[in-house]
Amino acid sequence: MTTGGEDPLSLLAVEHLLSPEEHEIARTVRRFVDTEVKPNLGGWWEEGHLPKEMAKSFGALGLLGMHLKGYGCAGTNAVSYGLACMELEAGDSGVRSFVSVQGSLAMFAIYRWGSEEQKSRWLPPMAAGETVGCFGLTEPDFGSDPSGMRTRARRDGSDWVLDGTKMWITNGSIADVAIVWARTDEGIRGFVVPTDTPGFSAPEITRKLSMRASVTSELVLDGVRLPADAVLPGVSSLRGPLACLDEARFGILFGALGAARDCLDAAIAYSSDRQVFGRPVAGYQLTQEKLADMALELQKGFLLALHLGRLKDEGKLQPRQVSLGKLNNVREALAIARTCRTILGANGITLEYPVMRHASNLESVLTYEGTSEVHTLVVGQALTGLNAFT
Amino acid sequence: MRFMNVVVCVKQIPDPAAPARLDPSTWTLEREGKLILDESDSYGVEMGLQLADQAGGGEVTLVSMAPRNETSGLRTALAMGAARAILVSDPVLGGSDALGTAKVLAAAIRRAEPDLVVAATESTDGYTGTLPVQLAELLGFPSVTFVKKVTVGDGKVHVERQTEAGFDEVETPLPAVITVTAGVVEPRYPSFKGIMAAKGKPVDQLTVADLGLPEGSVGAAGARQEVVSVEPAESRKAGEIIVDEGDAHTRIVAYLEQLKVI
Repeated sequence: MTTGGEDPLSLLAVEHLLSPEEHEIARTVRRFVDTEVKPNLGGWWEEGHLPKEMAKSFGALGLLGMHLKGYGCAGTNAVSYGLACMELEAGDSGVRSFVSVQGSLAMFAIYRWGSEEQKSRWLPPMAAGETVGCFGLTEPDFGSDPSGMRTRARRDGSDWVLDGTKMWITNGSIADVAIVWARTDEGIRGFVVPTDTPGFSAPEITRKLSMRASVTSELVLDGVRLPADAVLPGVSSLRGPLACLDEARFGILFGALGAARDCLDAAIAYSSDRQVFGRPVAGYQLTQEKLADMALELQKGFLLALHLGRLKDEGKLQPRQVSLGKLNNVREALAIARTCRTILGANGITLEYPVMRHASNLESVLTYEGTSEVHTLVVGQALTGLNAFT
Repeated sequence: MRFMNVVVCVKQIPDPAAPARLDPSTWTLEREGKLILDESDSYGVEMGLQLADQAGGGEVTLVSMAPRNETSGLRTALAMGAARAILVSDPVLGGSDALGTAKVLAAAIRRAEPDLVVAATESTDGYTGTLPVQLAELLGFPSVTFVKKVTVGDGKVHVERQTEAGFDEVETPLPAVITVTAGVVEPRYPSFKGIMAAKGKPVDQLTVADLGLPEGSVGAAGARQEVVSVEPAESRKAGEIIVDEGDAHTRIVAYLEQLKVI
């Protein structure tokens, strides 16, 4: 920052709530993002891609599946994983999404529901970033209601044959392996699908106005034939994919705060420097009210995230608590990004500053991994005992 | 290949991103807050790790002097891959000058029986740049400064030493002290596994008495230099703006000639 002001997150001295290891992990990811990610982001975002080679850098650091134990994973606690997500998303939501999808969706699905053989074969190269994974649950016509999925897996002798389409799949076109959820006679089951299997294709979704530094794809399964051991043995219901989504959402409720913090840093620096009517924009009461409110929400969101992280590390975190966290932190992060944009004026709409990029990304974060509406209804149901989903 | 024991001197300093404060009574830097690894030392740590690795067997021992048994900067270097650390911390060491610090570090380094001692050219907070050669003198080791490339073999260290004109090739027997300049290697990021493993690595915490140094020979009592006053650096004056009215190029040339730069 160019100012003599305080870091928005240091106002409450939240770093005192972290262990030395948690602090060191956060600091390391921040340095990595500042050095290896941020200088390239404007270009990636403009060109609409995220280089697959970044996976190996993420892997070397230990980011991929970092809170899983064994199989080449770092084995950190959940809070450290959350902090890493926050620092990654201070770079870009697309970068954090890559790590979320690889670790919390694709790897976690194998880790939680896979056989020992599947874990030993897939997790070590995925942790190293040599193998990239994606996760196919959402379909063109089924988002918040995945139970309606049409993708089907049928037995043919000992083999499985998959047909269907998945949509909005992060990393789909660059993935080496896809975890695909499909309807079977035995319920919803997960399949480990090497992406070079005949009948599998993953056309990229282009012309996006959000998450541009991220690869988003459609998965097309046209008679994809898999051996019997491709199915994840541990689960045969929607509980399978939903458990994975809870993992990813946990990262998001930290991550969104990183995007917000980056916007607020930019707004404080810009408004301290930029003069209007002969003095800095930051010196006006209307600006200070915006900055104070944003810093307040950022810190409240961090304390919420940290509390949920501590619950997760104690093994006590409930899905509805994750809903509460994602609902609040993404909503507030988006509000912060939009408010910061007003402080930067026209400069705020360019890629020279991060705020519009973050604001645009957060529009996706608001609805993916459970829309705000669905999370609201989860909380509503917890409060009233009444199901208002259908 | 024989086992290679590399000692890397590391300093734990106040975060340069936060504004620094001098104690108005002693004119020494206030070190009350959290200290971090001096970034200029991360190059030495990286070089030490690479040399130990290239030797086919070896390890890096960190040596540091810091107030209040501070280890957070050491943990960063341990997370990068150093095997252990020796930390000298003692209230009597407040107000040490460079030579006093060198005496303490030399006594600690002797315990580690190093093949090679690596230090940064200078610290980011003190900038005296005198400590490594004082250290070499006290240890009785040869020293080579401004090293940009090192190879070790046959009991000797072969280095490329940065000069204004290019570089000198220098060879000296081991054990030796070398100083590395920033940017000569790319310090690795500590991996998360490394960060978690660092917690379990040994840090020997020593006092001046443990080192057997005579009382009064180090710290403020032993210091042979004293900061007598501190003046704020002169603030930069606004530059001259030359508005082009068709003759800007001649005025710029005239200005540069007056500075004798062309």
